[in-house]
Amino acid sequence: MTDIAVKVEGLSKRYHLGSTHRRFGSWFSRSIGSLVGSAVPSADCPSIWALRDVSFEIPKGEVFGVIGTNGSGKSTLLKILSRVTKPTKGRAIINGRFCGLLEVGTGFHPELTGRDNIYMSGAILGMKRREIDRKFDEIVAFAEVAEFIDTPVKHYSSGMYVRLGFSVLAHMDPDILIVDEVLAVGDVRFQKKCMGKMEDVGQHGRTVILVSHDMPAITRLCKRALLLNRGEVVKEGPAYEVVNEYLYMGYIKPVCEWPSQEESPGDEVVRMRAVRARTDQGVVTEGFDIRKPIAVEMEYDVIKQGHSPVAQFSFHNEEDAMIFMANDRDPQWYRRPRPVGRYISTAWIPGNLLSEGVLTVGAGIMSEDPFRLHCDVPRVIGFRVHESGSGETARGDFTGRWPGAVRPLLKWSTEYTPC
Amino acid sequence: MSSQFRSSFEPGTVPSITIEPVNARLSQELRELWQSRELFYFLAWRDMKTRYAQAAIGAGWAIIQPLLTTIIFTVVFSYWARIPSDGLPYPIFAYAAILPWTLFARSLERSTLSVVSEGGLIKKVYFPRLIIPMVSTFINLVDFAIGFAILIIMMMWYQIWPTWGIVTLPFFVAMAVMTSLSVSLWLSAINVKYRDVASVVPLLTQLWMFASPVLYPSSIVPERLQSLYALNPMAGVIEGFRWALLGKQPPNWFMVMMSLCVVSALFLAGAVFFKRVERNFADII
Repeated sequence: MTDIAVKVEGLSKRYHLGSTHRRFGSWFSRSIGSLVGSAVPSADCPSIWALRDVSFEIPKGEVFGVIGTNGSGKSTLLKILSRVTKPTKGRAIINGRFCGLLEVGTGFHPELTGRDNIYMSGAILGMKRREIDRKFDEIVAFAEVAEFIDTPVKHYSSGMYVRLGFSVLAHMDPDILIVDEVLAVGDVRFQKKCMGKMEDVGQHGRTVILVSHDMPAITRLCKRALLLNRGEVVKEGPAYEVVNEYLYMGYIKPVCEWPSQEESPGDEVVRMRAVRARTDQGVVTEGFDIRKPIAVEMEYDVIKQGHSPVAQFSFHNEEDAMIFMANDRDPQWYRRPRPVGRYISTAWIPGNLLSEGVLTVGAGIMSEDPFRLHCDVPRVIGFRVHESGSGETARGDFTGRWPGAVRPLLKWSTEYTPC
Repeated sequence: MSSQFRSSFEPGTVPSITIEPVNARLSQELRELWQSRELFYFLAWRDMKTRYAQAAIGAGWAIIQPLLTTIIFTVVFSYWARIPSDGLPYPIFAYAAILPWTLFARSLERSTLSVVSEGGLIKKVYFPRLIIPMVSTFINLVDFAIGFAILIIMMMWYQIWPTWGIVTLPFFVAMAVMTSLSVSLWLSAINVKYRDVASVVPLLTQLWMFASPVLYPSSIVPERLQSLYALNPMAGVIEGFRWALLGKQPPNWFMVMMSLCVVSALFLAGAVFFKRVERNFADII
């Protein structure tokens, strides 16, 4: 008996581009040829490696995340694991009854009633009839479609449709469950319910492979994760580290500039021209020492007199939760109308305040009295805060995971009474 | 190379699957096919439920289609063209052929398109793909059964009583189904890559019908063409079906055996070909 649920070794998948227009004769003879055992490799058309030499292991009972940008090979990996398509090279070993679902509502037929579709979809996903009988009421209750259960699903709202689809999936009893993007179904309330169900599944000793763009979900649900880029493994490890890496390697940069005033965000009063993150030495960089202050600056043009626009920043962590917000309170300019010209306003974040990880910054310009929003740019820049491990921080010499939205180095005092 | 799916479904053990680029052994594939019989049942049940959804006459079409064809054939080929009918009333002579022919032709048309039309499923979830053309073929037995009831009524009307030959009837029905499936295994797989097949099939079934003794008895086919004619499995099937029910002209048993061999070879090759190309289905549908 092994403790490994999924073992992937050197898995690769190549897709041919434009191969559909190859001549029938050559395709047919190639297919026939390989029947006899002489598989002729085709080098006659361009190809792309959707997955290249991917290896990892998932122990039993772990919720494992797979992340990456669109086209990074996530779906191809899932397709191979759920046996929808075959790998070109390498192999995967799956220990346990498994179920792959790449979409909610797989196997639904619009003309069939909700009741019929539960059976249909269940059968396609590999459930036995008796199993479906047993769970039927639970499935209906979870999907909240009891009154419409004998209505053809073509009359369902799209919300009801995905709820029913997710519900069938969630009540499967596989040892290994493969889920792609199903978390984004229904309204916020149902999404929460789905998440709860997923956590349940994970806690009942089942192995779950979760593919999502929803980073908070990945960090919350998964213990470990895999980051793919262009079909190759970039990083594999604890979920929060991998999520960090993903946010960092992406489009997140410490600087954003608008060279042309016409195309820059703003209105007839003020235009945002640049946002940057600098060290206290004035260097624009992506990585900051947790102990050092960070200067976040906004460059903007005031093009109409008589207003007192102020710069505003909001800081968000990896889970997209806002850590704090800051408006320009420079006493030299606060409450004073600004004359036309170029301004650079800088907010100083003290050292030993932020947590390790990636922060994204939203930038806006507003007039506060009377209130008027001139522009608002979410996720305009991002940067990473890292710990050097020198010990003069809140973390000290501790090396384990250190949760919390902020990590201030507080002043501690001690009263000691010897006994 | 090792086999692709080393499945062990013995009770008490956890099934383990190895996914590799190569195809699995035939025995493994057959076992998986057997394990998916419940899915087969559900897919068939779904097709039954949805086929006549939102149709006023519903399953009545299973009767109307062959009956209308019979009436047209009777008018055109019996009254005008004076085609012989082995001494049987032409309507029942024609209907007894149209019934197995419709079973064959509908199966072939549906089954050929089946893999592409189930593309949504194929791209999303794994199950033995062979089930798809099989379901689309076997499902037509329901229409066949309904049409068969009409045939019995016609036989009573014409006062024709079956002989002992009726015991061979299931064999001929099975042959019709197998012939259709053998051909559609090839066509449905090719259709995934070359949709031209979809346009070819109606033409094919039409030509094939004229090459089969549906409208005429095979006795009017010239002697020197008989052995060539025997290569058409449906010739044996239709002659046999007619004989099993209506007596009169016994089929050419050499022809029937020949058909059996042709169908068996075609079926085996078709199954292997289908298995060979199915691994790319999800990539090219």
